[in-house]
Amino acid sequence: MSTLPPELQTELAQQVAAADHPREQVINIMYVLQKHYGYMSDEAVEEAAALLDMTPLEVEELATFYDFIYREAVGKFVIHVCDGVVCWMFHEGSVFDYLCEKLGVCAGGVSADGMFTVLPSACLGFCDHAPAMLINGVFYGHLNPEKIDAILEKLRREYCDLVICR
Amino acid sequence: MGEQVLLLNRQPDRPLSLEEYRQSGGYEALMAAVGKRTPEELRQLVLASGLRGRGGAGFPAGKKWSFIGKGHPRYLIPNTDEMEPGTFKDRVLVNVNPHLVLEGIILSAYAISAAKGIFFIRPSYEMDAELIERELGVAREAGFLGENILGSDFSFDLVVHRSAGRYICGEASAQVNAIMGRRPHPNKEVHMTDAGLWGKPTIVNNVETLACVPAILRKGPDWFKGLARSKDGAGTKLFCVSGRVNRPGCYEMPMGTPFNEILDEAGGMSPGSELKAFLPGGASTSFMPPKFSQVQMDFEPLKETGNRLGTGAIMVFDQNTCLVGATLNLLDYFTRESCGFCTPCREGLPFIRDLLLRLEHGEGKEEFIPMLKQMAHHMFKAYCAFAPGAASPVLGLLHHFEAEIREHISQRQCPFKGK
Ligand SMILES: Cc1cc2nc3c(=O)[nH]c(=O)nc-3n(C[C@H](O)[C@H](O)[C@H](O)COP(=O)(O)O)c2cc1C
Ligand code: SF4
Ligand code: FES
Repeated sequence: MSTLPPELQTELAQQVAAADHPREQVINIMYVLQKHYGYMSDEAVEEAAALLDMTPLEVEELATFYDFIYREAVGKFVIHVCDGVVCWMFHEGSVFDYLCEKLGVCAGGVSADGMFTVLPSACLGFCDHAPAMLINGVFYGHLNPEKIDAILEKLRREYCDLVICR
Repeated sequence: MGEQVLLLNRQPDRPLSLEEYRQSGGYEALMAAVGKRTPEELRQLVLASGLRGRGGAGFPAGKKWSFIGKGHPRYLIPNTDEMEPGTFKDRVLVNVNPHLVLEGIILSAYAISAAKGIFFIRPSYEMDAELIERELGVAREAGFLGENILGSDFSFDLVVHRSAGRYICGEASAQVNAIMGRRPHPNKEVHMTDAGLWGKPTIVNNVETLACVPAILRKGPDWFKGLARSKDGAGTKLFCVSGRVNRPGCYEMPMGTPFNEILDEAGGMSPGSELKAFLPGGASTSFMPPKFSQVQMDFEPLKETGNRLGTGAIMVFDQNTCLVGATLNLLDYFTRESCGFCTPCREGLPFIRDLLLRLEHGEGKEEFIPMLKQMAHHMFKAYCAFAPGAASPVLGLLHHFEAEIREHISQRQCPFKGK
């Protein structure tokens, strides 16, 4: 039995029905479910499978493949820290370690206030602003500890819809 | 800097609008082509222009199009996955002039009689995905996209496909699997041009390749060839320069511009930095020492040096950067991104990475050097071009910087630590 709100259920079913090939919607559906549940939970995998007429295993194969689909609980803001070679070159005192220490988390963990998750990520395509990170779709470059503190403070303060990269 | 074709009228802080693009000849090529020239004519012009794919492999675009199969519907996939480390030209291009990109896509679709395009874009470019979505609405409104384009019998529409990450999705056949909701492994069993997306004829092109098409049609293949500085080159190229330079960024310069002139355009080396090495075209190319500063940045001249132009993403390393450490970073990346489908890549890359890790930590031995060579060469037996790409920086390190590896071994530590 679906645990999705009926409106969302209908909306997603329509989205699938409107596609030339239902399966081409699988990533879009996963993004919506991930936003709804906060991450791609077991329940979300089952829901996606039911909507797309796939087996849960087929969905799982994709959910575990992509790095912007989170198969474990994440914070409200997922911080993708670039570990590409250009950013690496500029890491005097790594941005990644600084963030983890500051937020009291390890890679993939959720900060105590439920706000943040830090993940290492492939080159983000923002190398002209190295070192860089991406938070819910927004780039931040030329990072240093002071800048990072200010960004975290701003995110804590300002209301922002749960985006999880979309 | 030379003539600007792709980044013409670049604004520092915003994309050009449809009106602005039209003021400099935008969509004229489309109006002159649709219903007036045959797709075959377009294919011939692009072939004659010498345009080679900008996605990394440099395959002639017109030639690829000539292989298009007979079936319908046909698909065009503009590739904006851009996950090659160091590469950000497609992001800049889309942001400078989305309508140039769109016109290029529509013209190319006409040339191969495609009915549908799938704009494949990586998740970190969400803002750019939204920009393209908005602007393709504007183009549709203006009659450049959709049913019966400009009143002709040519219909073509474009949708944005948002990816969810992973480097291998940039590889054409893996990309097709990704769009079909399958696990994105490469597939070499079929020809994309005959049986690609949903089993139909499909062309995958990099967006920079497609964005060259409007100007080629408007100004002619000879003009396009004449833009290049190398003997058999054609067009301009978006070079993205990053690392230890004064003004990292994306610069449009003639194909075949020597490396040192591109470095100058990027403001030269940062204060206190001296050039030690550069990767000419992304992480899948090989390190080059300063003696190659004069090399012409084009497919053939770089091939002659045993290297590749790749994506034209130039990463500049200085004398204080450990190249064993840099190669280790690259192999961390490749090991993580390997799709795991074939054994040489899935098993070989962690092995290479481990040797580099031990070298960097001062646990290296002399015999690691031949082992690295042997393992790197095994990568050429892998299923797709990912693994040979991963081997490239390792081979460059071995070839040009063996002395630095040896220092790691003899000093039992990274010689750059604590510097
Ligand atoms: C591992 C791997 C990743 C690739 N990533 C990209 C990419 O992000 N963008 C791209 O245009 N081409 C990429 N390519 C090249 C594509 O397979 C394909 O050759 C290209 O998109 C064709 O376009 P072109 O002929 O216009 O260059 C990649 C290839 C490999 C092997
Ligand atoms: S070479 Fe690597 S990326 Fe390519 S198919 Fe084999 S495992 Fe996958
Ligand atoms: S290496 Fe960090 S954004 Fe490219």
